[in-house]
Parts: sequence; structure tokens; C-alpha cells
Amino acid sequence: MFKGNFINNLPKIYGTYTGGFIVFIILMAIGEQAGMSAKVIGICFVAFTVLIYALIGYLSRTIQVDAYYLAGRQVPTVFNGMATAADWMSGASFVAMAGGIYFKGYGYMALLVGWTGGYVLVASLLAPYLRKFGCYTVPDFIGTRYGGNLARLSAVIVLTVASFTYVTAQINATGTIASVALDIPFNIAVYVGLASILMCSMLGGMRAVTWTQVAQYIVLIIAYLIPVFWISNKMGAGVFPHLMLADEVARIAELEAQFGLGSVKNSAADLKQVPKGLSGITKAHAEVNTTPWKFISLAVCMMAGTASLPHVMMRYFTTPSVKAARRSVGWSLFFIFLLYSSAPMLATLSKLSLMDPNLATGIIGKSISEVQAIDWYQNWNQANLMFVSDFNGNGTLELNEFFMGGKAVVLATPEIAGLPYVISGLVAAGGMAAAMSTADGLVLAISNALSHDIYYKMINPKAETAKRLLIARILLVLIGFAGATIAALEIQGILGSVIWAFDFAMSGLFFPLVLGVWWKRANAQGAVAGMLGGLAAGTAYLIAVRSGYPGFLDITQLTFGIVGSVVSLVLMVVVSLATKAPDAATQKMVDEVRVPSGKAILGRQH
Amino acid sequence: MSKQAQHWEKTRGLLFVTLAIWFVFSIGIFLFGAEMEASSIKPFGYPLSYYMTCQGSLGIFVILIFWFAGRQEKIDEEFGFSEREDD
Repeated sequence: MFKGNFINNLPKIYGTYTGGFIVFIILMAIGEQAGMSAKVIGICFVAFTVLIYALIGYLSRTIQVDAYYLAGRQVPTVFNGMATAADWMSGASFVAMAGGIYFKGYGYMALLVGWTGGYVLVASLLAPYLRKFGCYTVPDFIGTRYGGNLARLSAVIVLTVASFTYVTAQINATGTIASVALDIPFNIAVYVGLASILMCSMLGGMRAVTWTQVAQYIVLIIAYLIPVFWISNKMGAGVFPHLMLADEVARIAELEAQFGLGSVKNSAADLKQVPKGLSGITKAHAEVNTTPWKFISLAVCMMAGTASLPHVMMRYFTTPSVKAARRSVGWSLFFIFLLYSSAPMLATLSKLSLMDPNLATGIIGKSISEVQAIDWYQNWNQANLMFVSDFNGNGTLELNEFFMGGKAVVLATPEIAGLPYVISGLVAAGGMAAAMSTADGLVLAISNALSHDIYYKMINPKAETAKRLLIARILLVLIGFAGATIAALEIQGILGSVIWAFDFAMSGLFFPLVLGVWWKRANAQGAVAGMLGGLAAGTAYLIAVRSGYPGFLDITQLTFGIVGSVVSLVLMVVVSLATKAPDAATQKMVDEVRVPSGKAILGRQH
Repeated sequence: MSKQAQHWEKTRGLLFVTLAIWFVFSIGIFLFGAEMEASSIKPFGYPLSYYMTCQGSLGIFVILIFWFAGRQEKIDEEFGFSEREDD
């Protein structure tokens, strides 16, 4: 099935796969009716989907260099779009984003704009040109365009810092979901997650990751959309929630006023009782609650970061042509849009379910003892994701007395809204798919840079194919283990470290990549100064802010990429102009990159 | 001017138009968050500020990329720089 006409058969293969997955969901639903326990359903969902990914990974094994690094450059536009969407949407998008919107409202939604707007930059500034270049990795482009091992090495350093920050968060997310669904301790579940990730990528590199990511996209989008549509219909809010929740948004504002949002504050002593990581609703749902600059600076960092993250960029190296790379960016964003435009709707439905006394599911205004007796409250309270306490002693649950973890908005809402447990199992499988697909892309980006750019290009250019691929696989496993070990320490939250990764990538890579195509005069000295200087400046600002420095211009630890990238741009321009212009061969190479026709700069095998 | 230089000039022109539209919907309108909130324009009944952050700008970006790709393909064809099918 994976031979010969595989590419032409793709729609049929994934159509069958989607059908099979839906049949599996129905079987589970029947099982639930027949008395299967919630725990068994959860295990079935996670185990079944992970086994399918592993099978795809095994079937896509390869011993060819261009298949391992570029999936043979034959991934069709739409499928590459799905794979990129899965690569892109991590555990943070799937599990944490709706929660962030739920608690922080408008100010947080800058991330939605940033994480989509960045694709316009990818499509117009970079992806088609890097595809024409024909590189295997992002440092491969930097190293060839600017020339010299120092430039290549600097790019590998920035790539590793950004991607590694990101990957620990994703392995952490797979561990969290595996530990809940399979009911095993977190520090073991992390390695179960890691094993699943490696099974998808080790044997087939980019080729295996591509085809598992398409499969993972299908699972995660089904798992995200079914609950949104179901809850909306069940609540009577509208058959098509995205266009029909205006009344619900208005109703939330009404209830916020009625329950005294903002006017009733909790004392510090009361808040001490609340378990760590849980928060109450303190911000209005739809109001503009931040300054334009705070909103825009966060959005800008996420956009420039998107255009510099190597694991996303390298997905566009796998399309058959430059034209396909361009269109593929459009498809990627379309598939991402399906989930991102649903997250605010899920947050709205979730909040209304809990707040509205007219709904059977509403808990605000009920007596505390009544709420404490609800099944789902007990479950999620045990999982440390929900908490109520009668601060004012009136026996009734007030809005300021209810606390929830950010993850619970996605994970617990189906249960709160009274959907069958099979949906919760589906959501767990979706979260696992989202975190795994991103982790795979990241681990591969790092290990490919190390094996291709450091080992093959700098240490041993005469290495044979078999040896190169062996080194690539060993590095993949080592990086995976390093990531899992750090993830097991649980030193940082998922969302925070994801945002940092964008800032790191933006600090070091955004201008060196963009100017490499759009400014012929940019040279190696300038690029090295830009990459290392930008990364150093961004990192220094982050460390300073974390250790108490108040910062300037309202630039926080979430937007330090602004500092890094401005330093990077200035250094790159000044140093480039102060040193010799690139030679004629390099200038000619840039000219060739700028037109789609003709041969790639770097051949299929290099 | 060589064919290649003309091609690049048009490509750059398209880039500026694309980035201008991108700028308006990713940065420009969010300078006026409060004004959008107070606006009487309410797409599907949502406050305009809320709508743009959760759907409006996102959808415009999707359309913008496909539009950009189509225009760029036309420019490539015009100057004979399109890829051959067997490339």
C-alpha cells in the first residue's frame, strides 16, 4: 500500500483512515452504553491512536537521504497543509489555548492573531524561496547562502535553543495526557510519550513524520470540533456556533455584571487556600482589557517567531515545487483556522455552561454542598483542576469562589456539559495527537540540523549514506531523551515555554532568514553578528526581567523577542555594510533563488 | 531592464501590497481596540473587537495567502519563470 502509486492513492488512504476512526468512536460509544468503564475507554482511545501512528511510522521507514530529510519532495499541497497544521498546533494550542481565552479574554487573543498572521510572512517572505533553494534544514540555507561554517553553526545554535525550549513543553504535554488516560505516574508517562514520539520518526525521518502528522491532524481536528458543535447544539445556542454565539457572548457580560465580576475581590488569605495553578474568572469575557501596544507587541512576536521556527519552515521543503510550497502555506493556515476559530467558541460555551443559572449545568449561585456533590466536580477536584470554597460563608457558590485550571476548559467541558464519556476519551486522544505531532517535528528539526549541518557538513563530509542516517537516528533518540528528562523535572509551564521558543527563534533567525533572500548585500559577518547578537540580547533581557529588572517599553518576558530582533537587525545591517559585499557567485545564487524556474541551488542529494 | 529585474520588481510590488494588507489586519486595527468595541458594526452580532480577534483577521489571512499565491503565479508566468510540470 505504501509503494508505487502511494501519492495518487493518498485521498483514498486517508479517507479510509478517517472512516475507520469514526467507526472506532461509534464502537466506543456502543461500548459505553454496554457498560465499559470510563477508564477503559480512555485507555482504548490513546492506545489505539498511538498504535496507528507507530504503524504508519514503521511503514514509512526509509534508507534514502532525500526521503529521510525531505520526504522525497513529493508531498502534495493539501496534505502538506494538514501535516504543517499538526506540526504547528501543539499541546499548547489544543489543551491550553481555550483556557487562556477563558481566563484572560481579549488580551490573550493576541496569540490567535499572532499565530495565524505569521503565515502571511511565511508565504510571502520565505517559504517559496527556501523551497527553491532545496536545502535539507534551515541552517543548510544559512550556511550556503552566507557561506562558512561559522554562519551554519550559529544557525544551529539558535535553532537548538528555540526548538529545545519548545520540545520539552510538548513532551511534558504528552506525559500529562498519557498519565491521566493510562493512569500511570507522570515521570513514567513522560517516557511512554517519548517512546510513542520516537516510533513515529526514527525509522522514516521526515517521510514518516509527514504521514503520521496527517493522521494526527485528522484525529485532533475531529476531537476539537465534535465537542464544540455538540455542546452548542445541546445548549440550544446554535447549530453553527462560530456564527451564532453572539447572544451567548452578550449573556456572559450580563451575568458577569449580575455576579459582581470585578467588584468582589478575594482577600490574599483566601487565595492562599486555592491550589497552585488554578484561577478564577477575573477578567470580562469579551471586553477590550489591554492596551493596544501590549496586544500588538505580543502578536508581532508570535508572527515573527512563526516565520523563524525551523520545524515549520522545513515542512515547506517537502513540496514538489515552489508553486506548491506557496499554496501549501495557504492550506496550512486554513487547517489551523478551523481549530483556532473554534477555541474562543469553546471558551464561551464552557463559561456559559458553568455560569448561567438557567442552564441545568450552571453551578454559580447553587449551594456549595450541592456543587461539591456533583460527580464531575469530584473527579476534576481530585485531578487538582477544580476548587470551590465558601469564602464569604453564605453557603452559596459565588463567581469569585470557583477556581479552575486552564487545561480543564478543553478537558473537562464535555463532561460538565453532560456529553457521554466517549467524547472525553476522544479529546484525550486529540490532545495526545497535537502534542506528539509537534514534538516529532521539533525533535526531527534539531537532530537533522545536528546530523546534517554539524556532522556531515562540518565534521565528516565524506560520510556514507548509511552512516549519516545512523548518526541522524542516534541523535534523534538522544535529543528525545534529553527533552523527556528535562520535561520530567516539570520546571516550567507548557504555555510559557512555547511563547519563549517563539521569542528565541525571532531573536536569532528572523532577520538573517528574511534578509538572506531580500537583501543581496547581506554577508556572512553580518548574519553571524545578527544571529548570535540577537539571541544573546534577547536572552539577556529575559534573564534580567526574570530576576526583577522592570524592563522598558512594556516589553515583558513574553515579548523579549522584540529586543532580540531589533538588536539582530541593527547588527546585521551595520556589520554587513562595514565588511566586504558577498562575492559574485553568491549574488548570482540569490538571483536564482528569486525565480521559481530552473534547478534548485542544492541538489536532491547533498 | 532585464527580464529578471522586471520580474523581481513586480514580485516586490506584490510583496508590499500583501504586507500592507497584513499590517492593517494584524496590527493596524488593534490600535483601535476600544473604538472597535464601541463601534455599531457588529458582524453576526459580536462586538467588532471580539469578532476580529477570534475570526475576522484570521479568515482574512487565509484568503490573503491564497490571493497572494495566485498573483505571484501570474507574475511568474508573465516572465516565463514558472516551473515546468516535470520539475
